Amino acid sequence: MAEAMKMRATMDGDVVDLKVLINHPMDTGLMKDKKTDKLIPAHFINQVVATLNGKTVLDAQWGVGIAQNPFIGLRIKGGKPGDKISVNAVDNLGAKFDGEVVVA
Amino acid sequence: MNQLRRAFLKNAGTVGTVAIAIATGLLKPVSAFAAAWNSLAFTSKDLADSLKNAGYDGATESSDIVVKAPDIAENGAVVPISATSNIPGTTSMAIFVDKNPAPMVADFTFSNGAEPYMSTRIKMAKTSLVRIAVKAGGKNYINSREVKVTIGGCGG
Repeated sequence: MAEAMKMRATMDGDVVDLKVLINHPMDTGLMKDKKTDKLIPAHFINQVVATLNGKTVLDAQWGVGIAQNPFIGLRIKGGKPGDKISVNAVDNLGAKFDGEVVVA
Repeated sequence: MNQLRRAFLKNAGTVGTVAIAIATGLLKPVSAFAAAWNSLAFTSKDLADSLKNAGYDGATESSDIVVKAPDIAENGAVVPISATSNIPGTTSMAIFVDKNPAPMVADFTFSNGAEPYMSTRIKMAKTSLVRIAVKAGGKNYINSREVKVTIGGCGG
């Protein structure tokens, strides 16, 4: 698969500023394919977890209302340069998306 | 080498062995997610139902939730939203769009130093209130902001 996730983590004062971009169509199941006139089945990321050095900092649930190629911005206290942040996401069809970044 | 693997796979057929394997860290549990996906809340068709099913009902209006969103969104498919809660003890934050086919968009639960802040991009079917609901200290709070959606327009 092409690069599924792009991540950046930088220090902003004493807070880690985390930005995550995930490649995903986020199909709602309500749109029609213009060529075939058939509904495109729902296909969307519905759960996302972010950890800082193995400790969960975010546990999120999403519906179809998150835009295509989802973006997440977070701010985490207690991090420092060199810390490891990982993000794990799963979609409604069970596909998994994982990413990791070291705080710069 | 392969014999060991075969023996393991054979033994792993029983549930007990798998449970032990998970307990000893031999196999990772399939999901790291704290709770199952709340399909009831995410498929509710009206705002009151989705707020209730997500556990954000009975919320007090609060301007301590700072909602950032554009006044006018030229493209409803990608609307940037961010919010910060200045209410002490905020543990989670959810996004609702009144006029979307399914109003509940997302629910973020923060822990271990994550600030009660999130930034993301949402879809909006049409001009609507965007509501940010927050759980803090066992109570619910909510604030909202209207975003005008001009589909195919030029920002006018």
